[in-house]
Amino acid sequence: MSHCVCQGGKHMNTSATRRSLWLARFCASAGLLLSGAAHAEYKFNFPEPVTPIARETLHIHNEFMLVITILFVVVFAIMIYSMVKHRKSVGHQPAKFTGPTGTVQWFWALVPFAILLFIDFILMGIPAVQAIIEMEDTKTRADMVLKVTGMQWKWQYEYPGTDVKFISTMSTPREQISNAEAKGEHYLLEVDNAVVLPVGKKVRILLTSTDVIHTWWVPQFGVKRDAIPGFLRETWVKVEKPGTYRGQCAELCGKDHGFMPVVVHAVPEPEYLAWLEQKKAEAKAAAGGADRTWSRDELMAAGKEAYAKQCVACHQPEGQGMPPAFPALAGSKMVTGPLLGKDGKIIKDSHVDRVLNGKAGTAMQAFRNSMSDVELAAVITYERNSFGNKTGDMIQPAQIKALR
Amino acid sequence: MSIATTHPAEHHADHHPSGMLRWLTTTNHKDIGTMYLTFSLIMFFVGGAMILAVRAELWQPGLQLMQPEFFNQLIGVHALVMIFAALMPAATGFANWMIPLMIGAPDMALPRLNNWGFWILPPAAILLTLPFTLALMGIGDGAIATGWTFYAPLSVQGGMGVDFAILSVHMLGISSIMGSINIIVTIFNMRAPGMTMMKLPLFAWGWLITAFLLIATLPVLAGAVTMLLTDRHFGTHFFDAAGGGDPILFQHLFWFFGHPEVYILLLPVWGLMPHVLSTFTRKPTYGYKAQVYSFIAIGLLSVVVWAHHFFTVGLPVPALIYFMFSTMLISLPLAVLFFCWIATMWKGAMTFETPMLFAVGFIVLFGIAGLTGLILADVAADAQYHHSYFVVAHFHYALFAGGIMGVMTGVYYWLPKWTGHMYSEKLGKWHFWLTVVSFNLTFIPQFFLGLAGMPRRIPDYALQFAEFNAISTVGAFILGISQLLFAWNIWLCVRGGPKAEGRVWEGAEGLEWELSSPPPHHSWETQPVVK
Repeated sequence: MSHCVCQGGKHMNTSATRRSLWLARFCASAGLLLSGAAHAEYKFNFPEPVTPIARETLHIHNEFMLVITILFVVVFAIMIYSMVKHRKSVGHQPAKFTGPTGTVQWFWALVPFAILLFIDFILMGIPAVQAIIEMEDTKTRADMVLKVTGMQWKWQYEYPGTDVKFISTMSTPREQISNAEAKGEHYLLEVDNAVVLPVGKKVRILLTSTDVIHTWWVPQFGVKRDAIPGFLRETWVKVEKPGTYRGQCAELCGKDHGFMPVVVHAVPEPEYLAWLEQKKAEAKAAAGGADRTWSRDELMAAGKEAYAKQCVACHQPEGQGMPPAFPALAGSKMVTGPLLGKDGKIIKDSHVDRVLNGKAGTAMQAFRNSMSDVELAAVITYERNSFGNKTGDMIQPAQIKALR
Repeated sequence: MSIATTHPAEHHADHHPSGMLRWLTTTNHKDIGTMYLTFSLIMFFVGGAMILAVRAELWQPGLQLMQPEFFNQLIGVHALVMIFAALMPAATGFANWMIPLMIGAPDMALPRLNNWGFWILPPAAILLTLPFTLALMGIGDGAIATGWTFYAPLSVQGGMGVDFAILSVHMLGISSIMGSINIIVTIFNMRAPGMTMMKLPLFAWGWLITAFLLIATLPVLAGAVTMLLTDRHFGTHFFDAAGGGDPILFQHLFWFFGHPEVYILLLPVWGLMPHVLSTFTRKPTYGYKAQVYSFIAIGLLSVVVWAHHFFTVGLPVPALIYFMFSTMLISLPLAVLFFCWIATMWKGAMTFETPMLFAVGFIVLFGIAGLTGLILADVAADAQYHHSYFVVAHFHYALFAGGIMGVMTGVYYWLPKWTGHMYSEKLGKWHFWLTVVSFNLTFIPQFFLGLAGMPRRIPDYALQFAEFNAISTVGAFILGISQLLFAWNIWLCVRGGPKAEGRVWEGAEGLEWELSSPPPHHSWETQPVVK
């Protein structure tokens, strides 16, 4: 039980610490009474806040919880008193009144509403307005910008002003999800490429989406904002403590909605800058890769890797797809059709067209925006020569670059 | 019906067709009320079975029973079935049975419309669930998988289950509008002489506001889903930014209907409560006028607060502040209702038969819904609660403890009047206690899951959420199985049992209790005079 108290109460360094501690203890014991069990895994309040907004949110939540708990207890204590005292079985005779009579009764009838008005518009209302203004102030003294793009079912992170841009997908193996393997510590909350942010810097986050609405949420940051296709939305974070913070997509976005986690590494600024330099170098190397000629084996190997990251969720490991929503690639007329037109241009509704430009109104997105020339060339070549498909042809990264 | 007004009831009571044809062609408000209630009970179990499958999948981490696609279909259809096919028809069933009896009218004003209103429902329910069966036969990819909210562009992307759901919602909406028109016309025109609007039973008042809300907001939903349909099939771009549309427009339209819908589900129950409380406290209703004005105030406020359902989409600051404060304002008329309920109990002579137990359970648990609703209105805190299990728990306190337990209150209260028999008090009490305990066992853990950061609508979850999910699943199964007691009790009561008096309950007041139990097939052919 003492452990549960810590979950809500530790690491708070505001003036509200004592009250919050008391509250966390209250909530925890109330919760324990109600659920009737004590175990280290039970958490009764928000996770430890690491941004000013999250701290503010926890504070508001605790205060409001206290207020409504008092209201609940007082109101229903009166009711329960009445239920005990004013029973027919104890011989109570029913009164006849149907409303307040006289000044005193009217006064007592109106007091609860005065209290409620005070709670709504003053006690909680004023701090709420301040919190909203702070929360929505994304631009003042922002140190850097991070662009987040939601797509079915992964996140793309971009650092505008640099060439750094990468996709972050869940790295929990499917075997763990289907219970064929033991589940790891961070089951469903782990990714291949975590986003890295410097500690103590105000990061303005721009959000958008390529397909449906997603919601970017890291509980310890206290922000949750929708990523809407065709629009930019924004929010901000200022992480105060180094660490790894985990969250999830919070808006139902299709079949793998439960499998698109957010993982943020918050590191001291020098470490962040070093990481950024390394990413820049990688981006440069990848861009250079588009200019040389790739061998067939190289393309097939890179294609297999890219397929496993980007395509397998819908089109499945053996290219069998999940018709009718997600068509099969194995034996597909489109995939085994002609590669490019005689003029070297893209044929409408051909394999290359579909991979680069997507299909409107379906989960098939335009991968030209999220994959590099090399990855695109590799995955197209791979799909045309795998799952029993034998077109024998291939496409070079340079060709993709020219077709963009 | 013209004969009905000139002959005594007994003479033509056996003139109507028998068997199936009787139920197909009936225009009698009692028959139609019975059909609404039976349909609602069946759909309650259909929707319940769906969510038990979901809770079974969530029993432990990992995918056990189903794939995410099917999971997504179950959660959305569960909600649509519970809202449109279980709760709303139950309230309409109450209205059909009780409003004419309460206001001294011989029947509903528009009996044929009434028949049609009901018979649209079963095909609509079949349309909604048919894609499950079709998918088993290899046609299509199952029912709507977007959740009950149809959010574009996910619903634009979805399979044919979305089209089925759109059509079904259209039919359910038409049925509700027909029912609403009928109720408004009946209340305005067919009250017994002397029954002024301010003497109208509160149940009828609650329904009157519901009916106006339905007529005001259902066409907006119908418009929104039609726009969705044309986006899906006819090349329009209402919700597609690439064509100049906006996905958030859909959310505005949907919740312009969706928020009043909450009160549509709850107002009939709020109207019912004072009747039950006054009966079992043997004391007149406290604050009749205050309750009427609160109903009207809530009705008006409900159409100006919709955007609090999507604070996280990135609304402008003034909009956030407006929607926060307007939402908080609803706590005032709601507090008036709580005040009046408790003041009605105060200094009464209470007994606790099953309807009273459910009424008290309703007040306490719905209180939790109201109070958590108050904190959800706070935009800053909402950023954490939104789309999490906290919200799931909150609205189940509103719609199960508020809506469904309210309906159960009404069923136990009026069942002896409808059937002429007393139900089993012992079974009723078992049902109540099992329901209340298992309901809390199901949903209290979900508050904590939400605070800990578990998003809603996910088929699988991280390990730290495992314990609470397991508790919640246990609670849900006890809750689901307990409802069989409810159905069993109703069945026994319909079949027989101790004879019920006309007044049924010692403290019952109102025209409906002047009639025998069950009332004659045609009642109040001569309207009573209210003084």
